[in-house]
Amino acid sequence: MTGNGSGASRRLRFEIFRYNPEDAKSVPHMQTFELDEAPYMSLYIALNQIRETQDPSLQFDFACRSAICGSCGMMVNGRPALGCRTLTSDLPELIRLHPLPVFKLIGDLSVDTGTWFRQMVEKSEAWIHSKQAFDPEAQEERMDDELAQAIYEGDRCIECGCCIASCGAANLNADFTGPAGLNRMARFMMDPRDSRADADWFEVVSNSDGVFGCIGMMACHDVCPKELPLLEVYAYLRRKVLTTKISGL
Amino acid sequence: MRSGLISTDVLVIGGGLAGERCAIEAAAAGHDVMILSLVPPRRSHSCAAQGGMQAALANCVKAEGDNTTLHFLDTVRGSDWGADQEVARIFAEEAPVAVRELAHFGVPWTRVRGGKNSYVIKGERVEIEERLENDGLIMHRDFGGTAKWRACYAAAATGHAALYAVDSEVVRLGITVRDRTEAVELIHDGSRCWGAVGRCLRTGSHFAVLAKATVLATGGYGRIYGQYTTNATINEGMGAVIAMNTGIVPLGNMEAVQFHPTALAPSNILITEGSRGDGGYLLDKNLHRFMVDAEPEKQELASRDVVSRHMKQHMRDGKGVETPYGPHLWLDLRHLGEQHLTTKLREVFDICRDFVGLNPAHDLIPVQPTQHYSMGGVRVNKDGQAYGMAGLFVAGEASCWDMHGFNRLGGNSLAETVVAGRIVGQMAAAFADAASLDVEASIALHALKRADARVSAWLERSGSGPNIYDIRNAMGETMMSKVGIFRTGDELVQAVDEISALLADCDKAVLRSKVPGMNPELTFALRLKGMLRLALVTAKGALLRTESRGAHYRSDYPLRDDAEWLNRTLVRWAAEGREPTFSYEPVGEIDLPPGHRGYGSDERIEMRQSIEQYNSDAYQQQADHGRLATKDAPGSRMRRGDWRAQA
Repeated sequence: MTGNGSGASRRLRFEIFRYNPEDAKSVPHMQTFELDEAPYMSLYIALNQIRETQDPSLQFDFACRSAICGSCGMMVNGRPALGCRTLTSDLPELIRLHPLPVFKLIGDLSVDTGTWFRQMVEKSEAWIHSKQAFDPEAQEERMDDELAQAIYEGDRCIECGCCIASCGAANLNADFTGPAGLNRMARFMMDPRDSRADADWFEVVSNSDGVFGCIGMMACHDVCPKELPLLEVYAYLRRKVLTTKISGL
Repeated sequence: MRSGLISTDVLVIGGGLAGERCAIEAAAAGHDVMILSLVPPRRSHSCAAQGGMQAALANCVKAEGDNTTLHFLDTVRGSDWGADQEVARIFAEEAPVAVRELAHFGVPWTRVRGGKNSYVIKGERVEIEERLENDGLIMHRDFGGTAKWRACYAAAATGHAALYAVDSEVVRLGITVRDRTEAVELIHDGSRCWGAVGRCLRTGSHFAVLAKATVLATGGYGRIYGQYTTNATINEGMGAVIAMNTGIVPLGNMEAVQFHPTALAPSNILITEGSRGDGGYLLDKNLHRFMVDAEPEKQELASRDVVSRHMKQHMRDGKGVETPYGPHLWLDLRHLGEQHLTTKLREVFDICRDFVGLNPAHDLIPVQPTQHYSMGGVRVNKDGQAYGMAGLFVAGEASCWDMHGFNRLGGNSLAETVVAGRIVGQMAAAFADAASLDVEASIALHALKRADARVSAWLERSGSGPNIYDIRNAMGETMMSKVGIFRTGDELVQAVDEISALLADCDKAVLRSKVPGMNPELTFALRLKGMLRLALVTAKGALLRTESRGAHYRSDYPLRDDAEWLNRTLVRWAAEGREPTFSYEPVGEIDLPPGHRGYGSDERIEMRQSIEQYNSDAYQQQADHGRLATKDAPGSRMRRGDWRAQA
């Protein structure tokens, strides 16, 4: 993910998926655009240039343009990635862009990740189940910094949807919790502020929509823009499930 | 065009930290709450806040002796005495509670590690023994313009962690969120707000939401500086626009615009102040640490306005590194070491790697000062209630509450979102408690009709008019070059003329795409006029304010002028009005008398009045300017004179 693109003088060709569901005349197709490459050109810069100078109807999503808001997941030459931090200098001259699969299409490269992630949070109850009400007078509960760092590691997910799009199981089973959802569960399981015991998690984690729905291709681990250690997350979840079951025998 | 009419108790416009924290308060009070958000709430710009959240918990050695009064003092000095001191006081006192509440919601705050710790302080590596009895409490890092280490943080993703925790609470409480929705007009009767018209950014259709209480929490207006901002593309100031369009609600201190010292060149992505707080240096093209000469006491950690001016001046003096994108300076983090950079400053490490292909453990980082924060916003009283408009509340960066005055301290805005969210949410909930939706539906239908008419006007205009993106780019160039870090009367006159001309162009601009649905070109066109109106009142406010205060620096009036300008700018401009109207109100009652900030220039024009004279009618004057009555009497939380024991 480096490449400063200095000295770039390539003519880039973009093939972009087009379909506007709000337009009765629109049919899904690929449209080609050409652009001169510039130093440090990201897909954020390139797509805005295409919209502003060639086709103002082109739909895509960016917000922070610094790889923290998770708005701009898209398929870049067949691989899910954040558009904002994908530099054209790391890509061949032909750049094919599709919307992320699994999510509902809004138009062109724009997909509805918000609805998907809200239902994931609801389904897994991905919030702290507090032991007691907040006491505004009290000092904060202590936490070992090592543990805080471990929780933070899982908390770093930006819900961009790249892992979901890359996931064979999520593409086949709409109820599969998906990598981001499993990561979210693990994050709350390891948080001592959450009152749920391992046994409470057992039902949601251990079935075929949970960690055992994963078919182990681990594309999620490869495409995650935040480099979350998803391999370790699943190992943690499987270990938790097994120890819960064994200790219950 | 499809339209609809719905109702709720409390309507919150904006799904960032301030809006969501308000929504939680209202929902917990038993109200039906609806959030409208441009993006899924977790993608709001709060998520991009990196370095920390200021709260005087005094948990680590370098924070020993810290308290809310010191936080109050730093905030008022940081504001260059432009802040409302009662609000700064309320804020400082509530911040520890709000930060601890976030821990309760699940934020993985970095914690104190009892025993030996190694820090870089003012260029020296030092070993400090953290107290074992504080092990596991919330840790602090140093930030600019503060007497103590006070910023609580989660690596360099504090906003992200806070936003996810707060949004989890929103989901837990079952609060309705309509994402990909923009509020395009407030529904009001001239003195009472009754909700807003929304535009669905999936389909392009309008709908009206009638509400007993309405909260604006739409963030800042950094995008009036075009690409010269660290802000997200969604920070276009539309909350301020729809409030100003009423002609009744004033915007406060729009000329108070913060430039952050360290935006990554050339993309203007933020590099947190925490990187200097943790010991980073600023270097010039000769690799000289010029901030030590410029500010021997605070060095790189003077306030942002002061550091940005030194940087800009240094580049003007030919000490910047020249590139085809313009000059930049260097941020040096190499001495912090890879271990620190990949943990406590991990997001900085990632940004450098991803966007410029650098490793900050080995390479210098190219930085330049860039627009970052809007101190100005919709003027509200200490309860967060908008001037002149009952039932309309504003919180966070969208508001001018006004704890920041003319310069915000790093970490204070992230804390403000949750502190104000708690307070304003309670006030909005209490207002809704006492209200009924006793309003004619026609008022909403008229607003809907106007929204539809604005869309039709754009779609019907044809021929060869100006392009909206060219107008936006020109606005950004004018704002950064003429309403930037250093300002002069001549350039501000030019800026006002140029923006006025762009406003005229906007009325002639033509869309090239008329596709059905949200139509991205139409969506931006609908915002452009409002953005230009914000740009104009910002430039004009800067022209009228003939002094230098905080981030507003006039090279032709280089002194802070407490005799003439110890006040807050208010501007009103109805959607159909020809010209904006400016007026000035006292900043509030003064507790800490104006003086030297402890950094920057020590020269100023002193007040002519006594503090007692200034204070005698300050609140009455504010009421005359539209301030609505507050729950508790104005000034009731001042704790006058408490600062004497600390100063």
